[in-house]
Amino acid sequence: MNSNNLPPITEEKIDIERRRLLASGGAIAIASGIMLYGGGAGAREKGQPATSAQRWGMLIDTTADKSIWDTVVTACKREQGWGGGNNPATDPQWVRKVSIKNKSTGAEATLPVMCQHCANPPCVDVCPTGASMQRADGIVLVDKHICIGCRYCMMACPYSARSFVHEPVHNQKPHMPRGMGTVESCTMCVHRVDNNQQPACVEALEAKGSKAIIFGDLNDPDSEISRAVSAHVTRRIREDLGVEPGVHYKGI
Amino acid sequence: MRLPNNILGIAFIALTLLLGAGGAYAAEGTNGIGPNPAKAEKGEQCVEPVDDMRRYHMNYLKHQRDETLREGIRGKKYSLNECIDCHAAKSPDVAGGNIRTIKPFCAECHQFAAVKIDCFECHTGIASPIKKGNKPPMPSKHGKTDQEKDALVFGMLENYLKSKSDVGGVAE
Repeated sequence: MNSNNLPPITEEKIDIERRRLLASGGAIAIASGIMLYGGGAGAREKGQPATSAQRWGMLIDTTADKSIWDTVVTACKREQGWGGGNNPATDPQWVRKVSIKNKSTGAEATLPVMCQHCANPPCVDVCPTGASMQRADGIVLVDKHICIGCRYCMMACPYSARSFVHEPVHNQKPHMPRGMGTVESCTMCVHRVDNNQQPACVEALEAKGSKAIIFGDLNDPDSEISRAVSAHVTRRIREDLGVEPGVHYKGI
Repeated sequence: MRLPNNILGIAFIALTLLLGAGGAYAAEGTNGIGPNPAKAEKGEQCVEPVDDMRRYHMNYLKHQRDETLREGIRGKKYSLNECIDCHAAKSPDVAGGNIRTIKPFCAECHQFAAVKIDCFECHTGIASPIKKGNKPPMPSKHGKTDQEKDALVFGMLENYLKSKSDVGGVAE
């Protein structure tokens, strides 16, 4: 059979294209519904659900001084209450500092890598219980109420962005329940975003006068991130996979 | 037919006494003979009447947790964090009585009803300290004292026996 000789990635791409077509059709229908209520991009009323009118994303400037990324990791730990374990191999890690080098040219870059909040998240595809989920506004989360800790999502994630909680957790933050036996990852500070605030890492960088991460709505053409993404060439890690991450990188 | 009815009635009362009237009289809320969880340290009024909360709090919370997490709906009526904020109390059983936790409040009924919850495997049960106000170290309790509960049970038993004796007494 000819189809057996095709590389699997081709079939995957067709599948994703088909899905994108369906998804965009759905988005148009939803967006027109929203217009009836007079809502648009921007702040959401209390008690209203997240909608696909927004697509939250980040633009990370990898040309920034590499020491600034420690601020990101520290701010995330403080906000979400992870870190501080004694087993580096298995302790949860929501965001990490990665250094890369082009061996042929010697060029180096350091960048933070966390959940990329894909539009086509493989972690959601493989989850057997529906715990791994994507909100209407593109934020990918784990519903720990129904997570059984099987870790398929961790294997499916091309970015190794998710962690399994191996040990009992105490003194969690009220806004971020965490528990042994479940999988967790960057939530794009969904509790802050819902409150019209920026994620903790972005705020911590701004407090240090750095704009190394821009957070915003990729669907809103007037947002700072949309203007930046259209003004500079940006890349997303492993774009070839077609998972359409919401996190863009400048300078790699 | 009177005999089986009476036997059923006595069995019912015996069961009621044995089980502490958990199921049958929980609907009576603050007049019941179940446990008396401590009143909220903060706030005057719960989001629903006390009887309603006793019976349906789990439904309210479960329904809303899915809306919040999966749809992003926030700021609605029910919130586990607000339960904790109001109902957490200091107890000598938890951290030497230095912190406010929800444990004493939840455990009082859940032990009685033999219900094991796992909310606090992930959610923190610790509340922030109350900033001001002269609150007693342990708040006053809902409902009746143990003596009042005993009197209530014996009263019910007495009334039942009396009603039976009016129509010819307990089984010959």
